[in-house]
Amino acid sequence: MSAIEIAAVSKVYAGGVRAVSEVSLSIADGEFIVLVGPSGCGKSTLLRMIAGLETISSGTVTIGSRVVNDIDPAARNIAMVFQNYALYPHMSVYDNLAYGLRNRGVPKADIDARVAEAARMLEIEPFLERKPKQLSGGQRQRVAMGRAIVRKPDAFLFDEPLSNLDAKLRVSMRGEIRQLQRRLGVTSVYVTHDQLEAMTLADRIVVLNGGRVEQVGRPLDVYHSPASTFVASFIGSPAMNLADAEVMGGSVAIGGQVVARGVAGIVDGKLTVGLRAEDIQLATSGAGVPFVVRYVEELGALRLVHGSVEGRHLTMALSPDLPLSDEMKVAVAADRLHFFEGASGRRLARPADAQVGR
Amino acid sequence: MQTKRTVFGNRLLPYALLLPQIAVTVVFFLWPAAQAVLQSFQREDAFGLSTTWVGLANYLDLLDDPSYLNSLKVTAIFAPAVTLLSVGLGLVFAASLDRLVRGGRAYSTLLVWPYAVAPAVAGIMWWFLFNPTVGLLPYLLAMIGYRWDHALQPTDAMILVVIAASWKQVSYNFLFFMAGLQAIPKSMIEAAAIDGAGPVKRFFTIVFPLLSPTTFFLAVINLVYAMFDTFPVIHATTGGNPAQSTNILVYKVFVDGFIGLNLGSSAAQSVVLMAIVVALTVIQFKWVERKVTY
Repeated sequence: MSAIEIAAVSKVYAGGVRAVSEVSLSIADGEFIVLVGPSGCGKSTLLRMIAGLETISSGTVTIGSRVVNDIDPAARNIAMVFQNYALYPHMSVYDNLAYGLRNRGVPKADIDARVAEAARMLEIEPFLERKPKQLSGGQRQRVAMGRAIVRKPDAFLFDEPLSNLDAKLRVSMRGEIRQLQRRLGVTSVYVTHDQLEAMTLADRIVVLNGGRVEQVGRPLDVYHSPASTFVASFIGSPAMNLADAEVMGGSVAIGGQVVARGVAGIVDGKLTVGLRAEDIQLATSGAGVPFVVRYVEELGALRLVHGSVEGRHLTMALSPDLPLSDEMKVAVAADRLHFFEGASGRRLARPADAQVGR
Repeated sequence: MQTKRTVFGNRLLPYALLLPQIAVTVVFFLWPAAQAVLQSFQREDAFGLSTTWVGLANYLDLLDDPSYLNSLKVTAIFAPAVTLLSVGLGLVFAASLDRLVRGGRAYSTLLVWPYAVAPAVAGIMWWFLFNPTVGLLPYLLAMIGYRWDHALQPTDAMILVVIAASWKQVSYNFLFFMAGLQAIPKSMIEAAAIDGAGPVKRFFTIVFPLLSPTTFFLAVINLVYAMFDTFPVIHATTGGNPAQSTNILVYKVFVDGFIGLNLGSSAAQSVVLMAIVVALTVIQFKWVERKVTY
């Protein structure tokens, strides 16, 4: 177990494409970090640089107390779980688990014990003699996990390990990965494009966009105070509602319609305002903003109502108990609003943020 | 897997559609093969004027014929040697391509070229290269003190025909191995690298086992090639000599039948050769294949 220190790491491919730019990140010993972002944001490249499968163009990666830039993947003492599991098809499950140990000259008795322990932990004991081909997707996933566990590495690296599973299995494996990581206490870096996986697994989320870190923070901090419009629209489902707005003397107006008053700490001017779907209420009195319903998504426990305010798209999450009508009015609490700089999309700090953030 | 089934309205149409292929097979394969089997039981005079039914005599004669037994022995060395050399080199070249950083395209293009060269031309080329009087290689070999003469030395002659016969097959095998290597997921190699296996160990524990279906297929193809299709190579280089040392079965069929005009014996030999190749292929598919599929 070790901390991982990533200092100003960049990856520039031949031809000048910058996949990762100046990423710095301190990962504490035993921490579960999730790198999340859309395709091409550099999250996998960053992970592969930690693993040693990709050379580091500039900056340093330190695992434990060693700078590993020029150290072979094998000598970094990390274990990786691949999206396609990358199990060796010609070997039995036992041999798949034992392969890395044999290569390191671990004594036979020790290998037996470690494989048995990992198999017990992952409940793959009945399959030890089978070939990967004879296993289901979920079982293969467990074997891939087992191969990482038996090595007792300093760090686990996960490269979208659940993407090939069906939705139901994904949820249960997600839980298992989390529990296993807690139990073993091994520093983990997990790459996914699924914000839900990021939210549920991570101690801290790292949101990447275009090879740069947009935000690092605990899942709820990232959710409640996204650092930019990108993070706001990427983390959380449905995405945060964003609209161009104007602040004038503490009043927020979208398209000339004042939607909230009494906003403190924001300088007057044009900006982007953000609002979570669950932070919108139906107006009880007549004082709300007119809302035109376009369509409704029923999720059972709640109902996503898509519509528009002043021609701008808005999604709200409502309890299914509330009646819907064509002419609804909605109310917005001023302290629930997020403000972002119009041009850069960066979050504008408000005094209220101090309570939410850490 | 569900197979698509086409239903024809006319009962004769499917047969009509198959007819061209069947005609080709019958005219160019079944008929000559049947003719060979028939001839192998006959003895014909050199002018084709009289034909006598001799039963198994042609076959029995072969068993007593020292030159035929020698030919069997020569083939038993030649065919596996060609297979090993061409499959081995093909694999080495393909594996090297995998580790090549740049120039991969040019490299593989150049490696594929020999396959376009006709076997007889390849034979002549190697014959020139190894020619004791004008060849480049004997000149170089002489520098290290080896006196090359495939016209007199049976070992030299065997080495020459093996190299000449293998040369163009290397291209063919290279192509298959290249495709086989590309089919191995990169992440599997990376997983092995993280698992602490160096490049050599990765090759022998991961890559080579995963290539075994390809290797197996190529072994069969090359063995059959070495036994059947190497006639032009022998003909253009050694002509089976010196002292019958490179007279492989398929070449002996030609020599005895068309030079010696002993058509009955030649036919019997070709039937035996056919039987050997069929048997080898069956054995390979029955036993080896079971071990190499995943």
